[in-house]
Amino acid sequence: MARISLKDVKKSYGNAHVIKGVDIEVEDGEFCVFVGPSGCGKSTLLRMIAGLEDITSGQMTIGETVVNELPPAQRGVAMVFQSYAIFPHMTVRENVAFGLTIAGASKAEKDAKVAEAARILQMEHLLDRRPSQLSGGQRQRVAIGRAIVRKPQVFLFDEPLSNLDAALRMDMRMEIGKLHNQLGATMIYVTHDQVEAMTLADKIVVLKDGKVMQIGAPMELYHNPANLFVAGFLGAPSMNFIDVTVQAVNGNKALVSNAALDPVEVSAARGPFTVGEKAILGLRPQYVQVAEGAGRLHGTVALTERLGAETVVEVTLKDGKPLIAALSQDRVFPLGAAVDLDFDPATAHLFRPEV
Amino acid sequence: MALISADNRGLRLATRYAVLGLIAVIFVFPLVFMVMSSLKPDQQLLQDSGNLRAFLPVGDISLNNYTAAFQRAPVATFVFNSVLVTGVTVLLSLLICSAAGFAFVFVNWKGRGVLLSILLATLILPFETIAIPMLLMVAHLPWIGTEGITWGWLNSYHVQIIPFIADGLTVFLFVQYFKDLPGELIEAARVEGASWGQIYRRIVMPLSGPILATAAILKFLVMYNQYLWPLMVTQEEGYRPVMVGLQYFFQLNVAWGEVMAYLSLITVPVLAFYLYLQKAFIASIASTGVKG
Repeated sequence: MARISLKDVKKSYGNAHVIKGVDIEVEDGEFCVFVGPSGCGKSTLLRMIAGLEDITSGQMTIGETVVNELPPAQRGVAMVFQSYAIFPHMTVRENVAFGLTIAGASKAEKDAKVAEAARILQMEHLLDRRPSQLSGGQRQRVAIGRAIVRKPQVFLFDEPLSNLDAALRMDMRMEIGKLHNQLGATMIYVTHDQVEAMTLADKIVVLKDGKVMQIGAPMELYHNPANLFVAGFLGAPSMNFIDVTVQAVNGNKALVSNAALDPVEVSAARGPFTVGEKAILGLRPQYVQVAEGAGRLHGTVALTERLGAETVVEVTLKDGKPLIAALSQDRVFPLGAAVDLDFDPATAHLFRPEV
Repeated sequence: MALISADNRGLRLATRYAVLGLIAVIFVFPLVFMVMSSLKPDQQLLQDSGNLRAFLPVGDISLNNYTAAFQRAPVATFVFNSVLVTGVTVLLSLLICSAAGFAFVFVNWKGRGVLLSILLATLILPFETIAIPMLLMVAHLPWIGTEGITWGWLNSYHVQIIPFIADGLTVFLFVQYFKDLPGELIEAARVEGASWGQIYRRIVMPLSGPILATAAILKFLVMYNQYLWPLMVTQEEGYRPVMVGLQYFFQLNVAWGEVMAYLSLITVPVLAFYLYLQKAFIASIASTGVKG
């Protein structure tokens, strides 16, 4: 069992509070991704789980054991670092076998386990090379190899793909996904890349300023963000936010509008909202369409980016604010042309401005 | 155009070689003078010293000065003592100072900042200021040897070794080098289950070749050139090192040829040691230069 539980975990350096009371449950075998902007505390949190940083207060459990005071080696975790952290003076074989050597494993056992890890990661031909003779992607494989030979309860990944180029990053991302299916181990993965988070995770933890903003499955977070931050952070291009005024409230619906937006009734689940109040309407660019007739939003074309299968249009609304629409076909719009846009009110999110 | 730039390159190269050559000559000539003089009788040595012949093996050349030097003083004993004291001190110093540097940089413990500051403060203390208090101290320290417990360390090898094993400068060198090692290597080893001892032995030491060579050479030079301390703590000839031995050649009539022969002999271990570690030493200086 390698369920991980964090209960009101805090971390401070003197007066600087880096982690401000975090509660997270990661189930056995789950792939959990910590995501958030730089400085949100996601790497610190991962290092606290690894035992590389002390916990100021709270309780952390791995399996059935409270690990607050345990050194890294006794936590049953393996970690893959952003810089790979493979030992430059050892061959790939020695690097992969390092943990086994430290644990006093026999040569036969080491050989067998290294061979198995090399087979899984397709790096049999690299075993006798030095790290300096490897490419970035190969080094990352070695780092992952070193993590898997010890068969840990928990794998921790600290932005493992951020030093790789875009093409290799996609390959390695898929391989890590496959590895998780193959090993069935609990994995915690830190990234600031929302594509990695969305594609790999069973569960995403969105962090900001040392606090959890929302925890949930990727699609749950995408379709039902708890607040403005999560709404803006997940999804590319980012969600459009439009300042609106509440015209009427009807049960769990609110009628909103502004100078560029005709009145529209949307869900008020994140309320309560009161009439006359300012609110923010969130629209994902993918759900904004060019209206065939008269649309709800009115503006002029400021920029068109044709990507082949998709066209991203930036429209300047009548109130001067920009809005992005991602259209699912190749379209051409003359610069400055007047355009009417529309959306399904069920895909819109209404937020209170202070959140 | 291409011709002019080729000419320029040639000129630049020639100038560079000329300047480097001149610097090399300035550094090498005293050594050449020493060796050449050691081969000449005193009268010729003094005559030649005013002109270029001082640097050439000309005139009455022989190894007589070397024979005489061995007769005048126990040269072999002095060289043996110096090599022994220096060698043991260098080895123990590398071990202790690197371990101290490791603890300062990688292990998190209360008071390490304060202790490191105190250690660095010792760098500004000239040895002469603590020589007398140290002499009074070592004269009363106990020692367990073949004769059981004895008091006072005077007239021994250990009195010349132990006080110099740990020093602020060497620890500081290791601290600076270790700070530049990627911390994630150490963390990766910790997560893999390595103890501090294993991390020191298997990760940090194998990556510390350049700084070990630098520290070894600096320590070697300091120890091999020791004069004041061994003069204070050794009265018996059998424990005295080469620099104290030099004064044997300035008693009664000074024979400059013998002095030069003695100096040539005692330079050999230094040159041998430096040449052995030269590559690593230069690599270390170069790498600290580039990385800042």
